[in-house]
Amino acid sequence: MTDARVPTRRRVVGGLGVGAALLASGRVLPARAAPKPVTIGFIYVGPRDDYGYNQAHAEGAAAIKSMPGITILEEERVAETDDVVKTMQSMIKLDDATLLFPTSFGYFDPYMLRVAAQETGVQLRHCGGLWDKTKHPMNAGSYFGYIGMGQYLNGIVAAHASKSKKLGFVAAKPIPQVLINVNSFAMGARSVDPSITTTVVFTGDWSMPVKEAEATNALIDGGADVITCHVDGPKVVVQTAEGRGAYTCGYHANQSALAPKGYLTGAEWNWAEVYKMYATKMQAGEKLPNFTRGGLADGFIKMSPYGPAVSEAARKRADAVKAEIMKGGFAVFKGPLLDNTGKQVIAGGAAYPETAIEIESMNWLVEGVKGSLA
Amino acid sequence: MNSVETVLVAMLAGALRVSTPFLFVSLGECLTERAGRINLGNEGVLVLGAMVAYATSYLTGNPWLGVLAAAGAGAALGGLHGLVCALTRVNDVAMGIAILLAGNGIAFFFGKPFVQPSAPGLPGIPFGGWSSVPQVQSALTVSPLFLVGVATAFGMAWMFRAARLGLRLRIVGDSADAARALGLNINRTRLLATMAGSGLAGVGGAFLSLVYPGSWNESLSSGQGLMAVALVVFARWNPVGCLGASMLFGAAGALGPSLQAVGVTSYYYLFYAAPFVLTLAVLVATVRPGRAVRGMPGELSIAR
Amino acid sequence: MPLLAILAATAVFCAFLLALGRSPASFFQLVWTGAFGSWFSWRNTLSRAAPLLLTALCVAVPAQLGLVVIGGEGALVLGGLSATWAGLQMGGAPGPVIQLAMAAAGAAAGAVWLGIVGVLRARRGINETVTSLVMAYIAIALFNQLVEGPLRDPASLNKPSTYAIPKAAVLPTLPGLDVHPGILIGGVACVLCWLLIARTTTGFAARMTGGNVRAAQLQGLPVAWLMVGACALGGALAGLAGMIEVAAVHGRANASLVAGYGYSGILIAFLARQNALAIMPMAVLLGGIGAAGGLLQRRMGLPDAAVLVLQGMIFVAILASETLYGRIRWFQPRATA
Repeated sequence: MTDARVPTRRRVVGGLGVGAALLASGRVLPARAAPKPVTIGFIYVGPRDDYGYNQAHAEGAAAIKSMPGITILEEERVAETDDVVKTMQSMIKLDDATLLFPTSFGYFDPYMLRVAAQETGVQLRHCGGLWDKTKHPMNAGSYFGYIGMGQYLNGIVAAHASKSKKLGFVAAKPIPQVLINVNSFAMGARSVDPSITTTVVFTGDWSMPVKEAEATNALIDGGADVITCHVDGPKVVVQTAEGRGAYTCGYHANQSALAPKGYLTGAEWNWAEVYKMYATKMQAGEKLPNFTRGGLADGFIKMSPYGPAVSEAARKRADAVKAEIMKGGFAVFKGPLLDNTGKQVIAGGAAYPETAIEIESMNWLVEGVKGSLA
Repeated sequence: MNSVETVLVAMLAGALRVSTPFLFVSLGECLTERAGRINLGNEGVLVLGAMVAYATSYLTGNPWLGVLAAAGAGAALGGLHGLVCALTRVNDVAMGIAILLAGNGIAFFFGKPFVQPSAPGLPGIPFGGWSSVPQVQSALTVSPLFLVGVATAFGMAWMFRAARLGLRLRIVGDSADAARALGLNINRTRLLATMAGSGLAGVGGAFLSLVYPGSWNESLSSGQGLMAVALVVFARWNPVGCLGASMLFGAAGALGPSLQAVGVTSYYYLFYAAPFVLTLAVLVATVRPGRAVRGMPGELSIAR
Repeated sequence: MPLLAILAATAVFCAFLLALGRSPASFFQLVWTGAFGSWFSWRNTLSRAAPLLLTALCVAVPAQLGLVVIGGEGALVLGGLSATWAGLQMGGAPGPVIQLAMAAAGAAAGAVWLGIVGVLRARRGINETVTSLVMAYIAIALFNQLVEGPLRDPASLNKPSTYAIPKAAVLPTLPGLDVHPGILIGGVACVLCWLLIARTTTGFAARMTGGNVRAAQLQGLPVAWLMVGACALGGALAGLAGMIEVAAVHGRANASLVAGYGYSGILIAFLARQNALAIMPMAVLLGGIGAAGGLLQRRMGLPDAAVLVLQGMIFVAILASETLYGRIRWFQPRATA
């Protein structure tokens, strides 16, 4: 990936920045105070460089490392057990962290909430959790991005590329965050051609390379010609599909280098924006928001540049929809909407834009998706 | 293709490609155990082999060099196991677990920079040209490593039955007293068998990273090495049995994803457990009291 | 003697660090700080050691008969699940009653699961190492299917889980310590198992069977029953570990239970030479290394895998040093080993 060079450059720039700040506060310009030192801890459930979920967060962390006064602590492969409680406490007690980002969903309840209740002087912000003012401590909170919109755009582009009118989705587990993506992808495709079906295969866990390759092959054998996924590291899926001559839409990060022919576009995280916002507020002594969400318009997520296989019509249509989304209020999920068993899941007249909290507890697969939840 | 055909083609493909890591590790373990030693560390060797193969292929551009490097790294780790286990009172099962940890640790430690780049993989040999169905053509694109594995299985079976080397190995594995009486060097034989066995396990790792799924990351092995050790017992220490067991296991492993792809979408966790249920069922159905230890080398620590 | 082994491993690891351009001195200072250097570090170490005591016993008890059972993970997750189920059935009952019921259900599920392994070995002669491993995979599949299917709390959104056990059933941390009672229960279990193995006739019969099955059969010992019993007891202990994880840590059953404690237990049991008392220091050692790992990542920028490398080297050295046991009088293995 082209980003490989970026952290190094940032580190160099950061080093210069810190040096300059020290000089500035020490002698040259005594009036300008150095930014308040803040120690921020990041906790990852897998390896930091998995070319997927964890790497997206680690790149966000690397982006704020260069900010003057900011110290970053990182721990990878921390299990969603008592281990993460101890890691958080250890970051607080031994390394004086005052802001923690436990980035895996499973860290929220009960582990992070337990630490938040004990350590009231420390701020904790969790990726993906549903923080609730009435239930959870005030020094806790959550942030996430509306990446489903990216999958909706993926679906539009996929529909234009597909000849068989069958799409494939390799997913880890049937949880709302994944189901939003599966359904958005399918709805994006069906907005172009309602006869398109999306088959989903659940691998059962977040990182299972052999099963992911098997699932991709099975989907292609079953006739699918565009594949996308929601697993921790999409590399295997993208490479396997490219090897079979199928198109792919990426996830988490830009995987176009892995599939120069078949990569259409992809939904990418851009956590740097989010972490910069928190770090700046922390240094300024401002109160941190407890519940943060953002989408394409806020720069929390972005789309990979279109690949060579994307037609002019597809670009036009996707760009037009993207412009609509950027305006705000665009609702992918609006009634009347049926699930894939024929049950009405959204009543006529109701519309849920990306900001609607209701869709964060989604537990159905939309009409046109082949698959079931357990 | 209809649904049944799709599942059958997926199982055929699974028998040819998902099976190969199991095949190499179980052959390696079979060789080691026939000489009277257990090496649970082959799981760690598999992971180390995968990393070394991928890194070598990426740095040199030649995947076959990667396979060789994986075999070398495996043999080196196996050598450590063999040397330490030759000391008196050292338990080979425990040592194997320590080797497993060390292998994983070294692979993860040095493998970080290779998660992201794409290394050249080993191309497959198309055996499906006769068919006009693309799914069949894809399933029958067989890796040369699989063919190497099949040849190794038959070669090893012949060696145990007819070759001097194989007979000496079996004597060392079956009875240390008899081996001593014949003046065989027990420790050296076991050391070499362990190194060769781990070399094969390393090649199994190379298959994972260079052929299928053809990528390196830290969760590449989901216990294939450990399960392959179990398959040796299942195959009654017979190399051709290892081939059969691995192919059966690979085919059963392909069942879960392909059933979902054709619309059998419920209970996928249970379908994913199919290879394990099948293994257990076959064991229960075929093993009879008293016949259990047939084929088991007498010197294995679990036999005593 | 293990100290000498640890020193040897340390020397090798220092060379490894120097080759990478890292300072061994600061490395080991951080290991000390992270694992044992402060009261907080000790609590961290002990809470990591807690589940490992019981899963190590799950290996050590059948090992007295010469059985190598490596499927404790399966008994642990099913124990945790059935304990949760029991807790959910007893909604209104007083806390201790629910806890006892949960412990009984967890232990029973584990005992049945590994008891099957024992029966297959004793009656059909099927290798227990293979069946226990295969059954661990089957147990985890069953667990996932049940947690994400019929037993799922629909409100557990992005982390599929069962309903939470009643608040009254949650095991509180030990008074004055920030460590859950698993460490105490595990310690007591180690002592009880040691007494059972070393001081009772059943234990003696088990060890005799482990020494020589045929001799034991000739003596008229109930070898089959001993095998089934040892496997079931091991399973019960692992199931109890699952119950403690649920009642003290997670509050419900979900994928967090599948944390690999069963596999760590194998290593500890073998390092402890299957001696129930020696399991305690070994579990603390492993817990300590785990506790220090985080600090190493943060302060030295070492990847998580550095700890795996260190563990592997220490264990290779400890195991290699066993060749010296028995050659030195004061370290002769006890009758229990």
